[in-house]
Amino acid sequence: MDIWASLQRIYAIMAKELVQMRRDRMTFAMMLGLPIIQLILFGFAINTDPKSLPTAVYAEDNSAVVRRVLSAFEQSGYYQLLHKAKSPEQGSEWLAKGEVSFVIHIPQGFTRKLVRDEQPQLLIEADASDPAAASNAIGQAKEIVNQALRTELLGPLAYLQTPAAQIEVVIHKRYNPEGITQYNIVPGLLGVILTMTCVMITSMAMTRESERGNLENLLAMPTRPHEMMLGKICPYILVGLVQTLVILGAAKFLFAVPFFGSFGLLLCGVMVFILANLCLGFTFSTVARSQMQAMQMTFFFFLPSILLSGFMFPFRGMPQWAQSIGEVLPLTHFLRMVRGVMLKGNGLLALQQEFVALLLFIVVVGTVAILRYRRTLD
Amino acid sequence: MSELAIDVRGLVKRFNDKAVVRGVDLQMPKGQVWGFLGPNGSGKTTTIRMICGLLEPSEGEGRCLGFDIRKQARQIRDATGYMTQKFSFWEDLTIRENLAFVARLYNLPKRGQLVDQTLAKLGLTERQNQLSGALSGGWKQRLALAAVTMHKPDLLLLDEPTAGVDPQARREFWDEIHQLSNQGMTVLVSTHYMDEAERCDKIVYLAHGNILTQGRVADVIQRAGLITFQGKGEQVRRLAEQLKGTPGVEHVAFFGAALHISGRDRAKLQSAIQALPKDDTHWQEIQASLEDTFISLMQDAGKDTREHG
Ligand SMILES: Nc1ncnc2c1ncn2[C@@H]1O[C@H](COP(=O)(O)OP(=O)(O)OP(=O)(O)O)[C@@H](O)[C@H]1O
Ligand SMILES: [Mg+2]
Repeated sequence: MDIWASLQRIYAIMAKELVQMRRDRMTFAMMLGLPIIQLILFGFAINTDPKSLPTAVYAEDNSAVVRRVLSAFEQSGYYQLLHKAKSPEQGSEWLAKGEVSFVIHIPQGFTRKLVRDEQPQLLIEADASDPAAASNAIGQAKEIVNQALRTELLGPLAYLQTPAAQIEVVIHKRYNPEGITQYNIVPGLLGVILTMTCVMITSMAMTRESERGNLENLLAMPTRPHEMMLGKICPYILVGLVQTLVILGAAKFLFAVPFFGSFGLLLCGVMVFILANLCLGFTFSTVARSQMQAMQMTFFFFLPSILLSGFMFPFRGMPQWAQSIGEVLPLTHFLRMVRGVMLKGNGLLALQQEFVALLLFIVVVGTVAILRYRRTLD
Repeated sequence: MSELAIDVRGLVKRFNDKAVVRGVDLQMPKGQVWGFLGPNGSGKTTTIRMICGLLEPSEGEGRCLGFDIRKQARQIRDATGYMTQKFSFWEDLTIRENLAFVARLYNLPKRGQLVDQTLAKLGLTERQNQLSGALSGGWKQRLALAAVTMHKPDLLLLDEPTAGVDPQARREFWDEIHQLSNQGMTVLVSTHYMDEAERCDKIVYLAHGNILTQGRVADVIQRAGLITFQGKGEQVRRLAEQLKGTPGVEHVAFFGAALHISGRDRAKLQSAIQALPKDDTHWQEIQASLEDTFISLMQDAGKDTREHG
C-alpha cells in the first residue's frame, strides 16, 4: 500500500515533468537541436599527436639487438613498453580491452635472420579504433627501427649496414584498418551529447521549481526525496534514448560507422550511462541555488568530460594525473563501452569493468543527491 | 491526540543572524478560525512555514496536529493544507493538470471524479484546459484554495489568501472558509484586512517577530485601553496638523471626512481638544477600531525595539 502510494507520487511527478517539457519549446528544441549541431561541429576530425602510448611486447627472441630495438621504441617517446605478453593471445586481449594501444611482436629467430641478412619481420599490432592516437606512432615505427640498427650494427656487424631496410616492419591495424577518424569521433559524440543534455536538463530540475516559486508548494506536499528524484529523472531517460537513436542513425547513414557488437548490449550501456548523468544533474540541482548556478556547474563538469575522457585526446596518451581524473568521469567509461561494442565487437565480459564503474557512480552520486536534497526552504 | 491543532513555544527564526521571529508561542485549539495579523515583514509567513515544517526553527519547538514540527514534517504535510502567499501552482500546467497532480501526490481515491467535482465547484469546468498562468489573480487564489483543500486536511494554513481579490469574491472566500471550518477543519488565516479579522474566532497580532496581542477582537480592542475621539466638521483638516505632537495624542487619522484622535489618557485627550480654536467641529468619544488599536500597538512596539537597540 505504501509502495503503491509512493509509485503514484513518482508517476505524478513524471507526468507533470513530461507535460512541462512538452510546453517548454526552448528546452525541447535544445534537446533535439543540440545533438545535431554537435554532430556537425565535432564530426570533423580533431587531430593530435599523442605520446607515450601503452605498448605490450611479445618477444620470442631475446638478444642485444632486440633489446636495442625495443629501447629505441621506448626512446622515441611514442611507445611506452609496459607489459610483456606471454602469448600472442594475451597481447590481443590487452589490445581488445584497451589496456594497450600496441603489441610489438618479435618472432622467433629474429636475430639469426638479421645476422644472415634475411630481412626478419617485426610485427606491430595497433589499435586503430582511435586513428588520431595510433597514426603518428605507426608512421614513426620504421624510422625508429632503422635508427636503432644504424647505431647497433657497428663492429663485426657493420657489413649489414646497407641503405636498404634490413627489418621488415609489418603493421597490423586492428578495428579500424582504414584509420577513419569519424569512426572514432561519432560514437564518442554519442557520449558527449548525452553528457551535455542529460546533466543540463536535470540540473534544472529543482532550481526551476524554486525559481518559478513552485518549490514551497512542492515541499508542502507529501513527497519523499527519492520519489522526487525518480520522478524527475525517469522522463529524461526517454529523451536520452531518443537522442541515442538520432546519433546512431547519423553514425550509420551519414558517417557509415561500422557496428560490430551487440546492439542490445550497447543499449544497456547507454541506459546506465544516461542514468549516471541524470543522477549527477539532479545532484547539481539540489546543490545549486539558481538555474544560472546549475548551468555553470554543468559546464564545469562538461569541460573535463570532453578533455579528459579520451574523447578529445587519447586516454592512454594523457599524463597520469589526467587519467586519474578521467577514470572518475562517466564519459570515460562510456567511451570505452561504445567504442568497444561498435568498433571492436566487445562482449559484456570485456566491458564489465566499465559497467561496474558506472553503476558505482550512480550509487555514490544518487546517495549524495538524497542527502543533499532540501526538505525545507532553509 | 491533544485538543490543540497548533502548539508551539518559543519559536525563533534567524536568517543570517537576523532574528525575524523572536519567540512566538501559539496554542490554537482544533476547529477554530484564527486570524494572523501584523505589518509587512512582521514574520507571519515565516511563522506559518515553521508550523508546517517548511522552515526549521532556529530555537523553540512545538507540535502541529500532535506531530513534532522538527521531526515529523512528513506527517504534518499529509494532514495540512498550506496555501502560499504567492501563487505557487504550476503556471505552465492547465487548471485540470494542477488539480490532478495534487490529487495524485496525495494518492486520493476516485481521482478523476474528485477533480471534476472540484472544477465544478470552482466554476472552472469550462476553462479546465486553460493554463493556470492565464488566470486572473482572484481566480488563481480560488484555484489554490481548492487545490490545497482537496485532500481534506485537518489544518488549513492560508497565507493572505484574499490579497488582490475583489470584495464580492472575498466574501465568497470567507463563506468557503467558514464552510470548511464547519466540516471540522482548523483554519489559520493571515490577512491585512480588518473586516476579515472580525470574521475570525480569535486574532493573533504579530509585530517585529513578537506576538503583541491575541484574543477575540473585542477583547483585543478593550485590552489595549485606547480612547478615541471623533471630530466632524469643515475645519478638521487644519486641526489635524495642530493635534499631531500634542501631549496625550498618540495618533491622528482621517476616516473619510472624520478625524480620529486616540490615546490612553482620556483627560489629556480632552484637554487637547479643549485647547483647539473654537469652531463648528463636533467632537464625540467613540469605540476604538481594531485598526486604531493595531496602529497604536505598533507604535509602542516600535518604541520598545528602539529602546532595546
Ligand atoms: N529566506 C529568507 N532569508 C532572509 N530573510 C528572510 C527570508 N524569508 C523572510 N525573510 C525576512 O523575514 C522578515 C519576515 O518576513 P515574512 O515573510 O515572514 O513577513 P510577513 O509577515 O509574512 O510579511 P508580509 O505581510 O509582507 O507577507 C522579512 O524582513 C523578510 O525580509
Ligand atoms: Mg507574508
